[in-house]
Amino acid sequence: MDWTALGLSLRLGVVTVVLLLPVAFVLARWLAFSRFRGRGFVEALVALPLILPPTVVGFYLLVAFGRGSPVGAAFESLVGHPLVFSFEGLVLASLLVNLPFAVQPMQNALAAIPPSVRDAARCCGLSPMAAVRRIELPLALPGIATAAVLTFAHTLGEFGVVLMVGGSIPGETRTVAIAIYDRVQAFDEPAAATMALVLLVLAVAALGITNTLARRAARRD
Amino acid sequence: MNDNAGLRVRMRRAAPFVLDVEFEAPAGAITALFGPSGSGKTTVLRTIAGLQPMDEARVSSGQSVWTDTAAHTWLPAHRRPVGFVFQDYALFPHLTVRQQLELALGHRPPEQRPGRVASLLQLVQLDGLADRRPAALSGGQQQRAALARALARDPAVLLLDEPFAAVDWALRESLRRELVSLQRALSLTVVLVTHDFEDVAKLASHLVVLERGAVTAAGTVEALTARNAVPGIAGWREPAVAFDARVMAHWAERQLTVIAAGDLQLEVPTIAAPVGAPVRIQLGAREVILASRRPEGLSLHNVIEARVVAVEPAAHEALRLVHLEVGATRLLSLVTADAARSLHLEPGAPVLALIKAVAVEAFA
Repeated sequence: MDWTALGLSLRLGVVTVVLLLPVAFVLARWLAFSRFRGRGFVEALVALPLILPPTVVGFYLLVAFGRGSPVGAAFESLVGHPLVFSFEGLVLASLLVNLPFAVQPMQNALAAIPPSVRDAARCCGLSPMAAVRRIELPLALPGIATAAVLTFAHTLGEFGVVLMVGGSIPGETRTVAIAIYDRVQAFDEPAAATMALVLLVLAVAALGITNTLARRAARRD
Repeated sequence: MNDNAGLRVRMRRAAPFVLDVEFEAPAGAITALFGPSGSGKTTVLRTIAGLQPMDEARVSSGQSVWTDTAAHTWLPAHRRPVGFVFQDYALFPHLTVRQQLELALGHRPPEQRPGRVASLLQLVQLDGLADRRPAALSGGQQQRAALARALARDPAVLLLDEPFAAVDWALRESLRRELVSLQRALSLTVVLVTHDFEDVAKLASHLVVLERGAVTAAGTVEALTARNAVPGIAGWREPAVAFDARVMAHWAERQLTVIAAGDLQLEVPTIAAPVGAPVRIQLGAREVILASRRPEGLSLHNVIEARVVAVEPAAHEALRLVHLEVGATRLLSLVTADAARSLHLEPGAPVLALIKAVAVEAFA
């Protein structure tokens, strides 16, 4: 059992969730409530990581974050080490890959709020920001929780993109998913089995939590 | 809470459908915006509340201007002293009734809010249900909660969008009563959007008829119905007058109530309202029989001396609509052209209007 890898995976999951949810909420709200030309295109763009092979996503991120790219060069001059094959690079990749898992549940939850309820918030004297805080956020809470659980679980399980962008540097980029592959390659089946079981339990727990939240959301109407 | 200022509304728009509306909702009165669906009524209401942009508009309440596109004035919706009751009530599903009211009391200092909540709940007869969420309330209770939440804003104007459309007939009647008594008690300025003429006849004192985005008639309900100037919405509307009267006396042993509007006195079946109480009367033109001599031996309570104002063609070529005057109160009578001839009905002629007590619809 590679505890360092598990710790890294959990850290990556938490950092991804904490950084991604606020950004994804703003994006989800924009997609749920605004009518503009090109909305379908933006939605497709957000959903892209769902259907693209992870290696393809990883390849493009590798190119975009590489030492020769503007993003990679800017990062390296600021921080002092390359973005690719680092934890920071992994986080950035994880944020982009998880966008659909974070945006879609929140977008659905927000779109389910009747327009009259949002109007009523304004007519009750709530400013747009107060309406977000006191009406939209609480009503979208099941969607937000689902987004968090899905993002966390998916981050733990991501393999292709992590391998492409991060490689397998112990303590820096070697996540549990990578470590399992690594152990199998080394014919260390018991270690692989233990770690696989940990991921299985986490996945089942995640599904259980999302289902409970979805049921609770349905019951309130 | 009410600066006794009427609402002045003017708006114009070219797309997506044409809207060209101007009217005034007097202070302390219920003004009905009446029209078929798609006539723009709800758009007008939303523009008053600041929920919808408009090409060209001016909305003012007394001295304060909420919208004036010419002067680039646009008060955001949450700063307008407006209470809005939505057609689907739009209660916040995650908040209890108490929390909804507290939320709408944000303009009051925190120490006043609990007291206001209690008195609002009492006002709409929801005390005891303060800690329920909307899902645990019946349709009528949800409507009352929405009304209380709108009143919590201490609104200069109360906007009601088809407030009775979602409840059944019996409940609608009692909710109408509650609304009228609340409006009178608080002398609220109300704009009511409806496609149901019963709402107009029973609740409104002023009427704005909206058809395809334009005002086709406006005035008091009494004057417009007396002129038969209210068009039918979704079909034909029977000519009928609606006017305000007062309870004059109860004759308990005969189970009759006498009501009066100016010189017009009518005996009607007992009304459950005290002497002196206002009562809204509706009387269909078909229910008024005309006579030249006082009849005898009929089951008739009301023989009214009236004067013919005008005789007009009616929708059917064999019928005439006779406009009558009893003092300042106007009545309509639908008779055959043959009867109009044989009774010599001409403007200025005296005539007796025979009105069955049961034909008088009284709403108190």
